[in-house]
Amino acid sequence: MEPWRKAPAVFVANLLPPAAWLGVFFVLPLSLLWLYSFGDKVGITGIDINWTLANYARAADPLYLGILIKSVWIAGAATLTCLMIGLPVALAISFAPRHVQPWLLLLIILPFWTNLLIRTYALIAVLRTNGHVNYVLEWLWSAGDGLLNLIGLGGYQILGTGFTPWSLLYNDAAVVTGLVYVHLPFMVLPLYAALYRLDRSLIEASLDLGAGHLRTFFYVIAPLVLPGIASGVIITFIPALGAYLTPDLLGGTDSQMIANVIERQFKAANDWPFGSALSFLLMYITFFGLAVRSLLAGRRGGGVSA
Amino acid sequence: MRFPGTPIGPLDYHRRLPLRLILISSLIFLYLPILTLVAFSFNDSRRNIVWHGFTLKYYQKAFADSELMLAFGNSLSIALFSTLISTVLGTMAGYLLWRFRFGGKTALEGTLAMPIVIPEICMGVAMMAFVARIGWPQDLPWPLNLSAITAAHIAFCFPFAAIVIRARMESFNRQLAEAARDLGATEFQTFRDVVAPHMKPGIVAGALLGFTLSLDDFVITFFTSGPNSITFPVKIYSMVRFSVTPEVNAASTILIILTVALTAIALRIQRRYPIAGV
Amino acid sequence: MASQISQDTIIRIEGVSKKFGRLQAVDNVSMEIKRGEFFALVGPSGCGKTTLLRLLAGFETPDAGRILIEGRDMTGVTANHRPVNMLFQSYAIFPHMNVETNVSYGLKIARRPRDEIMARTEEALGLVKLSGYEKSHPDELSGGQRQRVALARALVMRPAVLLLDEPLSALDAKLREAMQLEMVHLQKTVGITFLIVTHDQSEALSMAGRIAVMHQGSVRQIAPPGELYEAPNCRFVADFIGKINLFEGTARPADQPGRVRVHTEKLGILELQGDAEGSVTLAVRPEKIIISHEPGGLEGQISLHGTVMDIAYFGGHSKLFIDIGAGQPLMAEITNSNRNGGPRVAPGDRVRCGWRAVDTLLLTE
Repeated sequence: MEPWRKAPAVFVANLLPPAAWLGVFFVLPLSLLWLYSFGDKVGITGIDINWTLANYARAADPLYLGILIKSVWIAGAATLTCLMIGLPVALAISFAPRHVQPWLLLLIILPFWTNLLIRTYALIAVLRTNGHVNYVLEWLWSAGDGLLNLIGLGGYQILGTGFTPWSLLYNDAAVVTGLVYVHLPFMVLPLYAALYRLDRSLIEASLDLGAGHLRTFFYVIAPLVLPGIASGVIITFIPALGAYLTPDLLGGTDSQMIANVIERQFKAANDWPFGSALSFLLMYITFFGLAVRSLLAGRRGGGVSA
Repeated sequence: MRFPGTPIGPLDYHRRLPLRLILISSLIFLYLPILTLVAFSFNDSRRNIVWHGFTLKYYQKAFADSELMLAFGNSLSIALFSTLISTVLGTMAGYLLWRFRFGGKTALEGTLAMPIVIPEICMGVAMMAFVARIGWPQDLPWPLNLSAITAAHIAFCFPFAAIVIRARMESFNRQLAEAARDLGATEFQTFRDVVAPHMKPGIVAGALLGFTLSLDDFVITFFTSGPNSITFPVKIYSMVRFSVTPEVNAASTILIILTVALTAIALRIQRRYPIAGV
Repeated sequence: MASQISQDTIIRIEGVSKKFGRLQAVDNVSMEIKRGEFFALVGPSGCGKTTLLRLLAGFETPDAGRILIEGRDMTGVTANHRPVNMLFQSYAIFPHMNVETNVSYGLKIARRPRDEIMARTEEALGLVKLSGYEKSHPDELSGGQRQRVALARALVMRPAVLLLDEPLSALDAKLREAMQLEMVHLQKTVGITFLIVTHDQSEALSMAGRIAVMHQGSVRQIAPPGELYEAPNCRFVADFIGKINLFEGTARPADQPGRVRVHTEKLGILELQGDAEGSVTLAVRPEKIIISHEPGGLEGQISLHGTVMDIAYFGGHSKLFIDIGAGQPLMAEITNSNRNGGPRVAPGDRVRCGWRAVDTLLLTE
């Protein structure tokens, strides 16, 4: 790398356009939002920036605090589920033959390139009351019922009098499912990267010294891919926490997350200062998570980071 | 290397039944909803649950829907403009970060990474507040009515392009540029003849990435678009809110095919240049 | 089952084969390794020696045949239940553990009592001269020290056999030589059977008590170093172990029983001890060749005339490359025994190269 003074014209010509664009269409809007978060609503559209902290204080209101806690809980549940699925998936991929690995990874990533909205919609079509899952369940029910009739137990109505479709949508479980569906690649990729770089002979050494696969996993594999696990957890949790579309489309009235509250402040409730404060709270949580991640990645310990 | 038919070795984790089952069920979980959606866009029944036969009528309906087609056109225009500009900006930023050492570099890198990492909703509402505050004119003629959305898309697309291009440049041997200068090439000639050819796959990958990101974006667009600047995802969103219908399936399938095709092209380019970033 | 195997056999390999796709890595190998032996598996890369070692350790499963360790059939016994331990080529030191926890890992897995773990760990570290490094982190150790940690970690388990996979390949030349001696010494001290895999034939010659030479998945010869060098049983072994000059020829039984007449293009007709018919190879080691400026032959000697092409100086000895007409030049070795004498020959010299007929090897394969 050379110091910029060696070719100042080239440096400035390449610096100005991107920096200006980023300044005007990103830093400026965010700064405006930041200012708004210290303001009071005046009339319908006016905002008086008087450096009040009331908007941030209002986030501690039990109603909003409850939503914040619920958001953390839902994002956490989704992250944990992703980890529980992602770890065996990443393990299976990283030990597959070299020429198969890119294809398996591609299969995991490809849905990510499909529009988020469409994926969520696809999930709705599958999970709704008269969707495919319930259709299969109903078929299973009638098959089971028929079987019971056949063996002469039909009169006891063990399976109930009729099939009631399961409510798979518009609740917290649906939001968690949707978040897992959307964020699984975020978890698998860093885990795979960490496992891929793990020296195979370390696993063999552990087996050679008498440890079984389970103990090898907990004593050798897990500690060494811990930075990868931490990285995966953080980069899954952050977007899950700020998710807007998934809780909006899959959640019920009581499974709204922070992003939905922010949206309501900017649209229906028309309380921009409060919405701005909530946005910045969400961003601070994000930055905190990223700081933890880079701290973990920078730490010594011979681990395999992602 | 492992081969089928040989006994399962101790490290053949991918061949152990529980892991294999989890991998396969995850893939089913990921693909079944999308494949069902695509399949039922060709289903000759409104009920959208039992297969009744093949039809293209929902595609005909979708293509005949002028609002949907306008939204589609808007999306493509936005994606095209933002790809053009964000590729140029991304190339500049990527080249700058790769080549120079300067004060405030870490700050610039951090700011550049921000649009990628912050929650979309935050960027969406910030853009919404910004557009309202400066009074961005709402009823401009096409395509200027899309300018606010395009500006926002460029702001989050070009950092991705910059990262991809910078990653590509990591594999460039700096001595090649020095050799060109040594042989008498000017700054520009060096860039054109030596640096740019190496950068090319990164630029193409960054451009395709930007196009897909722009085409796919819903949240940021949702907060920036006005009644005259509806995009395809925003239009689908209003349809989805309404109900699950084969028309939505058909419209969605069009977008899926478009993005899958773009991804396939990107992958082909990557394969031709195996070290291109991403 | 165990009764038919002699008491001092510790490993018995019976017709073991292993295929990777179309590649036959190990092809019907049978051999026995004795208790307390320093045994080496040598061969060029890809000859199957590492695969054989990994089959013994349990990291690969044989397609055919079986392996017995201490008389026990290892079929179906996983790596963690085998009485052998491995010194990995990369050492495979756990990077998240210090020296002590690395060495005591296996004992902890085996749930040995705490006192025993401490005592045995200390003893093992003493054995490899790493006492005082207990709390060191692997990053802080040199390559040689890391290898000692790996050695201690395996030895502390008191395995029936210690498997060493190219243990010295990552060390520099000087350290390698020192470690060769130290390993031989260590093996004598602990009395554990060592089975070493190496591609370096000189390493095998200097360390092992017995050597198996492998080529294309099968074992060509198993013998002590001296026998392998002086009496190789095939062209491959002769060529792989040390340097050698080879001459093609055709053999016919001689008038006397137990002797053959070999016709060669370069050496003429020779009568040698042995029993062969058809195409054969004659071989002679470079150091067996005597170079002189005087023409004419001696009694019982094979003699050739040639021109010195090149002289490669190695300090203690020099290698001569002598043009003897067509084909490969003849390689001869002379000892530089006289400090001020200067080279006895110079490039361009016409010389006579001779060696005793008994030093000529007759190879039929």
